Amino acid sequence: MLRFTEDHEWLQLDGDVATVGITAFAAEQLGDLVYVELPKPGAKLTKGSAAAVVESVKAASDVYAPLSGEVVEVNEAAAADPASIGADPQGAGWLYRMRLDDVSAMDGLMDEAAYADISK
Amino acid sequence: MSQNVQSASCHALPAGAPRRTPLYELHVRLGARFCPFAGYEMPLSYPAGVLKEHIHTRSAVGLFDVSHMGQIELRPRAGDVGDVAAALETLVPVDVVGLKPGRQRYALFTDRSGGILDDLMVARLPDRLTLVVNAAMKAADEAHLRENLPADVEVAPRDRCLIALQGPGAEGALARLAPQVATMRFMDVRGIEIRGAACLASRSGYTGEDGFEISLPSNRAEEIAAALLDDENVAPIGLAARDSLRLEAGLCLYGSDIDATTTPVEAGLAWAIPAARRAGGAREGGFLGAERVLAELRSGPLRRRVGLLPEGRAPVRAGAALFADEAGDEPIGVVTSGGFGPTLQTPVAMGYLPARLADPGSRVFADLRGRRLAVTVAPTPFVAARFRR
Repeated sequence: MLRFTEDHEWLQLDGDVATVGITAFAAEQLGDLVYVELPKPGAKLTKGSAAAVVESVKAASDVYAPLSGEVVEVNEAAAADPASIGADPQGAGWLYRMRLDDVSAMDGLMDEAAYADISK
Repeated sequence: MSQNVQSASCHALPAGAPRRTPLYELHVRLGARFCPFAGYEMPLSYPAGVLKEHIHTRSAVGLFDVSHMGQIELRPRAGDVGDVAAALETLVPVDVVGLKPGRQRYALFTDRSGGILDDLMVARLPDRLTLVVNAAMKAADEAHLRENLPADVEVAPRDRCLIALQGPGAEGALARLAPQVATMRFMDVRGIEIRGAACLASRSGYTGEDGFEISLPSNRAEEIAAALLDDENVAPIGLAARDSLRLEAGLCLYGSDIDATTTPVEAGLAWAIPAARRAGGAREGGFLGAERVLAELRSGPLRRRVGLLPEGRAPVRAGAALFADEAGDEPIGVVTSGGFGPTLQTPVAMGYLPARLADPGSRVFADLRGRRLAVTVAPTPFVAARFRR
């Protein structure tokens, strides 16, 4: 299941673990990324809290936790090469994986068509 | 996701409908992304993106629309341009009287307490001085000039386009349309003709690279900019790369690194103040705030603007507090510009520190999202200037 947030993040659910990244729209808006700060594996995230930071040449942007859960894995390759996030934000450029506290909370997020409407 | 840190190069100042430069339609055709800046709708970046634009300027030629900046002419109503130069010296701590016709230099408007009201370029021509001032300050600067200069100096803002061509190939690109620019040296100013349009070119810029700034009639600007861009070596560059280029070059951004709360000596701009205007000089003082500025030249300032190299890869941005050690909670300084330096591929920043901690090699700490990140004071420019002296 693929879902999106109003803050331009995507989540791909596999079992109770969601892979999280920034959307292609967000990546295009941000431009070239030069630095990314990812959460630590094991960190407990609360929905809406700052989970990661992505930085372009010009500015730093918080990436909020789209749902609550525990970080189980981070994309070290993306941290080592932030430009790779912009190259494939909704694929190889994922940021982290979290085990959701409540998988049903995914239902409250947008599907691809709804997100496409707000990111025109 | 949110932009929680706005870059200093893209802050909107006046409210109301944004103004557009004569090159707006060209920027649209080039696919620019726009941002509000000093009341103007300016190109932030083009489809190539800020990193490529930055590197292109360092390796080839970048074309910048800087028409939002203020261009002000000072002309004598009586007397000659030498009288205008002497009058302007009451507002700037630099040598205007000794500026030769066809030459330009960097200057600062100071206030009564020695703070910096704006930084600017002053060029001398046979019959007038021309000033280029910051976009956000141009109305204030014009008022300041009218209020403080004698009535026989005419203060005339000029509504012209301003294009900067910057980079190692700038001379070749401009000489294609105006061959006479090849003999200009850094800070020369010369009237030139481009496709029959009367332009004023200076060999200067805001990137640390060789290059030119060209003042041209607004109604010919788009045609001339397009002709310059016809050269495959020339690419349009937005404000985002302009900011990262000037930061690597260690150049101050007014409103961020310098303002009315900083003095020329604190800001490390004492090089602009010649011996003639210092204590014991032929024209000692005689500008607003001279008492404080001369005292700081004599005894040293309490704080100084410094270059800062953060450890690691995380950029440290404007506004970050600086601390003497990892644990203390009393800030000793602040970052005034900061970001990623695409040429160096490392974060770079500038800020203010107490003079005792401001020497290169001094290690202090910046607040980064609640953590303390070590930063080392470094000489500026971070990237060596390549002016054609």
